Amino acid sequence: MSIFIPEKHWWRDPLDKDEKVWLAIALTTSIVLTLAMPYWHVTQKQNPGSEYYKIKPDTFDAATDRFIQQYGVKDEAGAIKQEGGIDVVAPPPGDVFVRGQQFKWSPVLKLKKGSEYRIHLSSIDVLHGFSVQPINMNFEAVPGYDYVLKVTPTTSGVFNIVCNEFCGIGHHTMVGRIYVD
Amino acid sequence: MEAVFRTCPVTGLKVERNAETLIMFNAVTSIVFLLVGGLLALLLLLTRWQAVHLLPADFFYRLLTLHGIAMLVAWIVFFEMAVLYFASAILLNTRLSVPYLAWGQYGLMVVGAAITAVTILVGQADVMFTSYVPLKAHHMYYFGIILFAVGAILGVCVFFATLGAARHEKTYVGSVPLVTFGAIAAAIIALLTLAHGAIVFIPTWLWALGVIPMMDPEVYRLLFWAFGHSTQQINVAAMISCWYLLGTLTVGSVPVSEKFSRSAFTLYILFIMIASEHHLLVDPGISTAHKEWNTGYFMHLAVLASMMHAFSVPAAVEVAQRKKGYTKGLFEWLKRAPWGDPGFSSLVFSVVGFGFLGGITGVIYGTEQLNIIVHNTLRVPGHFHATVVIGTSMAFMGITYYVLPLIFRREVMFPGIAKLQPYVFGTGMFVFSTAMMFVGGFGIPRRDWDITGAEAPFPVAYGPTADLALAVMAVGGLVAIVGGAMYILVAVSTVAIGKKINR
Repeated sequence: MSIFIPEKHWWRDPLDKDEKVWLAIALTTSIVLTLAMPYWHVTQKQNPGSEYYKIKPDTFDAATDRFIQQYGVKDEAGAIKQEGGIDVVAPPPGDVFVRGQQFKWSPVLKLKKGSEYRIHLSSIDVLHGFSVQPINMNFEAVPGYDYVLKVTPTTSGVFNIVCNEFCGIGHHTMVGRIYVD
Repeated sequence: MEAVFRTCPVTGLKVERNAETLIMFNAVTSIVFLLVGGLLALLLLLTRWQAVHLLPADFFYRLLTLHGIAMLVAWIVFFEMAVLYFASAILLNTRLSVPYLAWGQYGLMVVGAAITAVTILVGQADVMFTSYVPLKAHHMYYFGIILFAVGAILGVCVFFATLGAARHEKTYVGSVPLVTFGAIAAAIIALLTLAHGAIVFIPTWLWALGVIPMMDPEVYRLLFWAFGHSTQQINVAAMISCWYLLGTLTVGSVPVSEKFSRSAFTLYILFIMIASEHHLLVDPGISTAHKEWNTGYFMHLAVLASMMHAFSVPAAVEVAQRKKGYTKGLFEWLKRAPWGDPGFSSLVFSVVGFGFLGGITGVIYGTEQLNIIVHNTLRVPGHFHATVVIGTSMAFMGITYYVLPLIFRREVMFPGIAKLQPYVFGTGMFVFSTAMMFVGGFGIPRRDWDITGAEAPFPVAYGPTADLALAVMAVGGLVAIVGGAMYILVAVSTVAIGKKINR
């Protein structure tokens, strides 16, 4: 009984056939699962990137501001257009900045289907969760780290960036937007 | 303090008074926290059910923080202290070593939990269970957690001291029982885990006090999960010890192979606690190779251990049942099992829920690529409510039905309610967890007061299917809360006014 002292030399008892078979099945499953990740990483296209750089939050903040100034969508008066109080940017393929802060994702991005972008994702205050809906892709925005996500939009439409890492009492008001056409 | 013993008429084990008293205090306190956490669960559930949306935003986040602390920390760890004292002093027929340290454990954990809970309730720690920096709570929040952890370390020390004393005083000959072996695995993991807890919480506390600069947020995340996930492995090891214990208490099962089961526990000690990077699969700061090595190799060797237990626990029950003569066909042993014994039905729910619902989803969600669609959605709490609630909590609930007569020496009150309780709670939790994982598949975030974007610059919609699934989740959760209330009713009334046995 499992609450009493086992019989002497319990470690010499041989395993039953049932146990051996199960052990083989379980071990095989574990090995297959372990190998699945690197196999998929090498052969398939959808993987979390491992390109990142350490960056000071204010440096990233300034870089995002420059990015907005450079590629902001201007109206007739020359001011950058806003949506929901957030600057709208239509960048060429290449480097794109996404800045998380309490409680705002900025800028609003207008991207082209089929073009490749390098999204620089970071936060300038606390942790934020970069969750693109409705396609449901989720990444972590960490202050002090510039996380580079290589993205090629394959469907056009309207996408929300929902914050899904708790960032304070206004967490649920933190929704940004990406347009793909 | 002199050791005073009595002999248990059911098991023949010698029960020492200090050990017995401390088991009672820890068990009762854990149930008090379960009650608190359960009431919070009701409020949170009625808020996340978007159609009802009960609490205001600030209270939702505040109470969600407290729900995590009350359930995942207080209810489970207090109960584990009771399990450790039981598996050492009682199962080895000995006295509890250094009982005043054990009282120190109890006192520090109560004070620590109270400080943390009050800090959260007064609105000074809206940081969630994870308290990721740079989000900052009042320094008393971290201080309470540190006190609690120090208390837990004392408890583990008492456990090891008791084992040492038992060996020294030769109160048993040979190897320790399997349940004690499992508890040793839990205690070893606990010591290493609590060391990680100290590494992460002491600097964070000092930072909140303004003494030292902030820890790097990504380093915090890595260390926090070295603590936070490994804590769950203490629960797993304790839970599986309880599975073996329940198997013995309910049908008299004997481990089919001591070697097999003990090897599996050893695998936990060696591997499971190292695997914590599956929380960081979509984070910057760690290379892909490192993440894959950590979540692949280390995690799956621990999964192997769980699969071994998942075989040997039911196998032991089957063997015991067949020995009783239930040998017809493949499943007579199962049909004739004591389904009316809440200890047994809790065991079955715990094994099936932990394995099939919690374990399998955990392995899937911990895959590097799949984690992209899982991270921080409701799939995650769906998974861990299956492991921690259906798995660990139901195992502990099942044990309670035996602790009440054997340690508290009182007849279980409302036996009819007790008989039904695991079915109500287990079914509710199955529906709740499954629906939560399903709804997470739509991308609905966890820890989110409002999913419609009503106060955000842009509206968000997840579609009618998601709304329906949220309602199913809520109904399942409500049923589970009824089941939890039944458990608390039976346990509290038995302890308070249950009929005393042979005093």
